[in-house]
Amino acid sequence: MADRPTGAVQGDNRPKLSLHVPEPKFRPGDAVDFSHLQVPEAGTAMRPDETCDPKDMHELAYGLVRVLGEDNKAHGAWDPKLDPETLRKMLGHMAMTRAFDERMFRGQRQGKTSFYMKCTGEEATSVSASMALAADDMVFPSYRQQGILIQRGYPMIEMINQIYSNKGDKLKGRQLPIMYSSREHSFFTISGNLATQTPQAVGWAMASAIKGDSRIAATWVGEGSTAEGDFHSACTFATVYNAPVILNVINNQWAISSFSGFAGAERTTFAARALGYGLAGLRVDGNDALACYAAEQWAANRARANAGPTLIEFFTYRAEGHSTSDDPTGYRSAQERTEWPLGDPVTRLKDHLIALGEWDEERQEKMDLEAAEHVKKTTKEAEANGILGHGLHHPFRTMFEDVFEELPWHLKEQAEQAIHERETKFPEGLPNGGKGA
Amino acid sequence: MSDTQTKAAPATEQDEERRLNMIEAINDALDVSMAKNPDVVVMGEDVGYFGGVFRCTAGLQDKYGKTRVFDTPISECGIIAVAVGMGAYGLRPVPEIQFADYIYPGLDQLISEAARLRYRSAGEYIAPMTVRSPFGGGIFGGQTHSQSPEAIFTHVSGLKTVIPSTPYDAKGLLISAIEDNDPVIFFEPKRIYNGPFSGYYDKPAQPWKRFDESVVPEGHYSIPLGKARRVTEGDRVTILAYGTMVHVVEEVCKQKGVEADILDLRTLVPLDIEAIEASVERTGRCLIVHEATRTSGFGAELSALVTERCFYHLEAPVERVTGFDTPYPHSLEWAYFPGPIRIGEALDKILAE
Repeated sequence: MADRPTGAVQGDNRPKLSLHVPEPKFRPGDAVDFSHLQVPEAGTAMRPDETCDPKDMHELAYGLVRVLGEDNKAHGAWDPKLDPETLRKMLGHMAMTRAFDERMFRGQRQGKTSFYMKCTGEEATSVSASMALAADDMVFPSYRQQGILIQRGYPMIEMINQIYSNKGDKLKGRQLPIMYSSREHSFFTISGNLATQTPQAVGWAMASAIKGDSRIAATWVGEGSTAEGDFHSACTFATVYNAPVILNVINNQWAISSFSGFAGAERTTFAARALGYGLAGLRVDGNDALACYAAEQWAANRARANAGPTLIEFFTYRAEGHSTSDDPTGYRSAQERTEWPLGDPVTRLKDHLIALGEWDEERQEKMDLEAAEHVKKTTKEAEANGILGHGLHHPFRTMFEDVFEELPWHLKEQAEQAIHERETKFPEGLPNGGKGA
Repeated sequence: MSDTQTKAAPATEQDEERRLNMIEAINDALDVSMAKNPDVVVMGEDVGYFGGVFRCTAGLQDKYGKTRVFDTPISECGIIAVAVGMGAYGLRPVPEIQFADYIYPGLDQLISEAARLRYRSAGEYIAPMTVRSPFGGGIFGGQTHSQSPEAIFTHVSGLKTVIPSTPYDAKGLLISAIEDNDPVIFFEPKRIYNGPFSGYYDKPAQPWKRFDESVVPEGHYSIPLGKARRVTEGDRVTILAYGTMVHVVEEVCKQKGVEADILDLRTLVPLDIEAIEASVERTGRCLIVHEATRTSGFGAELSALVTERCFYHLEAPVERVTGFDTPYPHSLEWAYFPGPIRIGEALDKILAE
């Protein structure tokens, strides 16, 4: 124990201090009861004007914007009143995202790649939010927003090539699977370092404002990563420069094995982080596709009107493990997923469309089947470009390219060494007739 | 390599007369760059209305407006991060970090983000930013206003590191850095902002205006990154230095009458290895001088390169003169600084072999 300063004798009769270490409510095997979560009725949250002063909407940072009710109908002022065709598109993108996740997860288990991350249960937070943005609004995602790429029409084969790090991977096999990049789709290169993208999105939005552009930026970050200093920088810069940016916090309750309490959720909401900065803060049912759309649309309107940035907390649940490298049965109760009081986003949107008389189970089944078939077919196409570790990668020299715009002398020397090692290992010529070497 | 005498820009009679200190030269480079390219923006703590604590950005906000020259929150992480985002948009940000000692909160954004964007996105996104920052000691700045952290950055793949030693070079190198499509760390040796430093701290300081290197032409000129400058030509020993130490070694050689081939490296990455090899092969001796701490300093890299590549030309072991492996002390600043005695003794040693 640390010594007290000599001569300091006072304080011996003071109470002993104790350290609080957060502990989740449920561990493996525990019966799960989520009745402590306050889930307001759909349609009860007020919807202020998009130019609202953040101080006049504090209650929205502590409540929960919900549109879809138990009756599967849309309620209240946040109902975005989307036409059935748009709703079916939304459902289609979400179903496709889920089918993609299923296939890629299996592909990893079959040894076709090293790593994958599903977004099961969180599809609405990317698909619906993305639909509320313009296609050329810039997004700075974290690693679980594959729904944005699917919604924006990024070719699925590009996603799979990237996941397989094969010779078709336009990122040249340099990045961990799912760390996509597509400038053409206004989708920033995913880092893998956490929360770094949040202040970058603010910088992009500042640049857009400097140039008098009309495009806004949006970023996604997990609730666990809001603990990073970068998130504080993002909030500070966003508010200081009134940047046209949306900070989406995906509160899926778990950061690998650490529950949201380790990011401060025992004391307050993540949306309430906004209040101290003077940002608009919204807390939204992340499993309610209509609420997700409406909140993102509200924030986009606000940003586009130069009325300021918004922090949105999407309250959701990570239904699967953190990644293929994770086993959630080791730290949380399996019942959490089934007991989650906000349901499943795909099911809820489907049931809504059915309640509207615009959809039915047969069409859903057919759509799911078609999605699975599409993913399967695209996977086969991608496999023709190779899978991870099977030789069909990019040429060796590409390892040294793009470190700088031009290759400096030291990288030229190192590239020669790498090629020499390759030739030493395969003196009879390279495998696959030299293809990919 | 280029020689001191070489002037890249066509200079008129009037230009020859214009003498600037390094602060004015840097200000001039920013002015020229902003006038030439509307995508260049300058930001940092106190750089806007006030013009920077060292005055490097003085007058720029007046000239280019508040959306191109602006103050930032005290957040080096945020400053570098928004510069990454601005670069992704298509701007060419020139953030200032007020002291190099303050750059560490921005390291993740520099190392994991700015330096890696081009690589990880296969060229879809780049970070064409120039991070300016005053560095080095000799101004009684204590441990938090004196450091020379260049080796942290030279160790990172994807970053260029540039350090000028004269007003003329500062302008030309800064313009090159801003026009470069890769992220550049531009360290400004603050001890020589106002005049070169001989290393004799107890002698009167000399203003730049008395030296020809302060002749800074108007308008645009650039000095290519990766090219060293020969400060003095000699056959007895090669001395590799940069920043403040260029002037100190020059003075020590003058005092001792040593005809040294002094190379001002100007850019650490990419390094002008050809100039170094050519010089060491000719002199057979190599002394490396930097102000930064010794262990894993850039001198270690230079020593390794010279030993690996010029070993059979060497007539004496490569010598390093550096700062000590301690924090930069306040009251004992000149005991820490690699001054004339430390350099002189190393020279004696290497020449005696």
